[in-house]
Amino acid sequence: MKNKVAITGNEAVAQAMKQINPDVVAAYPITPQTEVVQIFSSFVSNGQVDTEFVTVESEHSAMSATIGASAAGARAMTATSSQGLALMFEMVYIASSLRLPIVFPVVNRALSGPINIHCDHSDAMGIKDAGVIQLFCENAQEAYDNMIQAVRIAEHPDVLLPVSVNLDGFITSHALDVLEVLDDETVKNFVGTYQPEEYLLDAENPVTMGTLDLYDFYFEHKRQQVAAMEAAKKVIEEVGREYEAISGRKYGLIDAYKLDDADMAVVVLNSAAGSAKGVVDELREKGLKVGVLKPRVFRPFPFEAIQDALKGVKAVAVLDRAETFSTLGGPMFADVRTALYDLKNDIKVVNYVYGLGGRDLRLEDVEKVYDDLANIIKTGRADKFVNYLGLRE
Amino acid sequence: MTPFNRNFGQGKRTKAVRPDMNWEEITKAGNVYEPGNANTYETGDWRTIRPVWNKDRCIHCLICWRYCPDASIIATDGKFDSFDYKHCKGCGICANVCPVHAIDMFSEDEMDRQKEAKRNEE
Ligand code: SF4
Ligand code: SF4
Repeated sequence: MKNKVAITGNEAVAQAMKQINPDVVAAYPITPQTEVVQIFSSFVSNGQVDTEFVTVESEHSAMSATIGASAAGARAMTATSSQGLALMFEMVYIASSLRLPIVFPVVNRALSGPINIHCDHSDAMGIKDAGVIQLFCENAQEAYDNMIQAVRIAEHPDVLLPVSVNLDGFITSHALDVLEVLDDETVKNFVGTYQPEEYLLDAENPVTMGTLDLYDFYFEHKRQQVAAMEAAKKVIEEVGREYEAISGRKYGLIDAYKLDDADMAVVVLNSAAGSAKGVVDELREKGLKVGVLKPRVFRPFPFEAIQDALKGVKAVAVLDRAETFSTLGGPMFADVRTALYDLKNDIKVVNYVYGLGGRDLRLEDVEKVYDDLANIIKTGRADKFVNYLGLRE
Repeated sequence: MTPFNRNFGQGKRTKAVRPDMNWEEITKAGNVYEPGNANTYETGDWRTIRPVWNKDRCIHCLICWRYCPDASIIATDGKFDSFDYKHCKGCGICANVCPVHAIDMFSEDEMDRQKEAKRNEE
């Protein structure tokens, strides 16, 4: 039965968590994530879930307690944003290297300073090399759907890695959206009962976790994490197909929008992809061959799918909502450009850093990007690799 | 050859880990599936000073046994027996707490040099 509701992105995430009914949630409030754990804690106090809710004194402890719970054998979650994720940083590496299938929404927000509470992806990009699977959500519907799928992806025996579910702070987290939620039973059956293969509370089969590794085997264990990331690509697609069967909504590694015959493409994560799609619709009416590629997964980086989707285009603009200060543009630019480097078609790839600290991406901005791309195709040259969109210049 | 800790070449090896394992064979996340396995990890080679027992002075009070942080004093039948030099890291606590000064600490370097000198003499 279709069940449409009008809720915010944060409510959608909390709703998904309610239906997943994890064993343990340890969390600390931080804007703009606060609502997620606040709403979820009311589910706990109302007895709508039987989750053990651990109120901790910081995000470092939130991730630590989640790691402890997960290692003990529980299906465990936390949630965070911005500075909170930065404070968790050390423990995020522990979670991924211990191969714990922790799911944690990250409501994207700029990292200070200057102090800022609004959306950009500098928090998420800070853990892009931490061995965590990163799903990105265009809107509240995707936030809800990705949360549910994240559990299955994380717990798959070939994967066993933490999964972070990213949604744009305030833009997605606080705006009211109409979305479809599944009924409790369907979600319950989809996520299933968590049966960890090995866990600390298994008295019959003692196990030591978090061992000292030094140069003996540290390298080998990192290689295992890479293999898990590699395996995750297939698992993400499989889980996406299964999810489509119960929801009717399609999920893969990327979302290719009108790219089949496109000459120009914009690559962009999260909510800005929605704006870009709107612009594409308008430009298509004018006869321009334009498209949007929205990576749903940023880690593991789905470079094969991206190569495949972009191999026919002539010029690509990668929109990054984060800086790297490398002076060579944003983090996604580097990855997309590398992915396209070996294609023979000589695709021009340029970068636009946009929306830092919550600055709006206006439709005119996206139009300008397509304008620039058209120019690049016409002249055969891209004068500047790195551009700033919506900046006072 | 891939470098690995000297420990793998010494004491008993754990069931979980062997030095010839490649990344696909090694246990996930370095998990160890054997209880009490710290015993097989020999920390004695960290030692720079070594406790040496003076049999004649010892009154077998076993205060040293209680204080040793590495459980490296072996007592048999309620009496001081020996040091477990594979795990004794040479902190000197035992020598410090012994009420009758029956434990002396010697430099490992010095002992090595003496041994060397003795070998050269022969
Ligand atoms: S503390 Fe000294 S006297 Fe007592 S058992 Fe140990 S070595 Fe012997
Ligand atoms: S030196 Fe330290 S570790 Fe060694 S036996 Fe004495 S107390 Fe134990």
